[in-house]
Amino acid sequence: MKKFIEGSYAVAEAVKLCRPGVVSAYPITPQTHIVEGLAQFVADGELKAEFVNVESEHSAASAVLGAVATGVRAFTSSSSQGLLLMTEVIFNIAGMRLPLVLACANRAVSAPINIWNDQQDVMTIRDSGWILLFAENIQEVIDLHIQAYRISEDHSIMLPVMVNLDGYILTHGLEVADMPSQEQVDKFLPPYKPLYKLDTSDPMTLGCLAMPEHYMEARVAIQKTQEAALDFIPKVAGEFKKVFGRESGGLVEAYKIEDAKQVIVAMGSIVGTIKETVDELRAQGKKVGVLKLITYRPFPKQAILNALKNVPEIAVVDKSISLGSNSPLYTDLTSAFIGQDKVSKISGFVLGLGGRDITKDSIKQVFDKLSGKQVDCEFIDVKKELLEEEYAGN
Amino acid sequence: MKEIKIFARAGQGAITTATILGDALFLKGKYPYAFPSFGAARMGAPMNAFVRVDDKPIRLRSQIYEPDYIIIVDSTLMRGFDCFAGFKPEGVALVNEREGIEAPKPKGKQKIFVVPANKIAQEVIGRPLGNTALIGAFAAATGELDLDSLNKAIKQRFEGKIADLNIEAAKRGFDFVKNLK
Repeated sequence: MKKFIEGSYAVAEAVKLCRPGVVSAYPITPQTHIVEGLAQFVADGELKAEFVNVESEHSAASAVLGAVATGVRAFTSSSSQGLLLMTEVIFNIAGMRLPLVLACANRAVSAPINIWNDQQDVMTIRDSGWILLFAENIQEVIDLHIQAYRISEDHSIMLPVMVNLDGYILTHGLEVADMPSQEQVDKFLPPYKPLYKLDTSDPMTLGCLAMPEHYMEARVAIQKTQEAALDFIPKVAGEFKKVFGRESGGLVEAYKIEDAKQVIVAMGSIVGTIKETVDELRAQGKKVGVLKLITYRPFPKQAILNALKNVPEIAVVDKSISLGSNSPLYTDLTSAFIGQDKVSKISGFVLGLGGRDITKDSIKQVFDKLSGKQVDCEFIDVKKELLEEEYAGN
Repeated sequence: MKEIKIFARAGQGAITTATILGDALFLKGKYPYAFPSFGAARMGAPMNAFVRVDDKPIRLRSQIYEPDYIIIVDSTLMRGFDCFAGFKPEGVALVNEREGIEAPKPKGKQKIFVVPANKIAQEVIGRPLGNTALIGAFAAATGELDLDSLNKAIKQRFEGKIADLNIEAAKRGFDFVKNLK
């Protein structure tokens, strides 16, 4: 049913439809409404789940790890500093091959403390083995959560999935979205059948010591599964379409790139602003387009190369940076082109850090600069006068 | 596409205003995107809420710099901020009346309505929260909304007597502007 709904409550409703047995989370801006919504559903008896109140994100992550380890579908959510505090457990959840879904309300990382949107938080766990999905709008927020459980719990995958939604822009934004019915979700998502679980009548150990003779193979196995997920994620999107009747999910989405001379590659809500700008520039005769990454891990190298092979100029925009190097998506994308016969000009841009507003003009600057000299890491909309300020002492 | 910018202080119901406004537009078959922009995220701090609306889904995620419509919930903000920056030449603004604070003169075809929204709310609801009266005034001043959709949106947000009182406040706001015209 179509409704006018806030992104956070859309997550809560979508997760409720997925029938988790355990929800545990610690509140942090801008994620709070997500767990507030779920706590309400549990309190009202609309969701038959255990809501575990905890004293920190580290405990929240540990509680859901434990729940999934005993064979129960679980959910948690965090953001920024909260996700950083979870990090140790985040790596363990992937390493123990436990299927879990986490909603990350993307927010800048301290210091300076900043509650607004960028995507630096998720980049800190980029290498953890989690499958990372990014939503452009609230409809995708709903659809990706439902697909996330299917992907995560499939016995060929058994890896956790993080659904990223931009803080405030999507978490606190309201728009029209179709909320599926319980019947539809039940048809698409069967109850969780664990491949293995902690059971006192049939004891086993998870996350035990692996000696140098075994550890490396455990890591290679995750890498192989990540590669397999590149085939599986589009299959899940295809099955989703059969039940729900709309295209959603998958690896990438191309927008007006068939004849494009310049294409921006991006993830998350910024893609909407880029699409809007692309239409404006196309009306002026400029051949521009955008390639959206829905799946960031596993990195859909072949899908990207297929989409961009005839594009002479590519701009990668990141809402995060690997300080001392370039931005993460730029590094991934340039490495995908290694060994290709024809390598496009690829420039990297960083924008929107800590909630700096991204306008159509910001995107036009990216297209303009892309025509110029190739750059690795150019910041857009930076206030030069602030950079020139010096510490004056007391 | 039309863009609405709401000025308020955190805690004065700007998000509720944007939500009700957006919901009423949705009930009319439109595609609104309502979103807040917080400053210090503390009660009393100046903040904005925005509604962008079109006949097709909204993709643009930036803040609003050239509003078609402005709603000023707390007029004291006009002292410290240029609330009318970027105001479209044919724009319509609704300003919550407050003693001792003058709204600027409209330029060109702009229309600025000063609405005694808090006074209406005090009389009708018993609290000086003029948001629904301002939305009613917005409906009359812009023609973007009818009272039917607005009443439905108010009922989705509030229950029972509170909904009825807010519907009455919205009608009083609507009538105030209609009678000026």
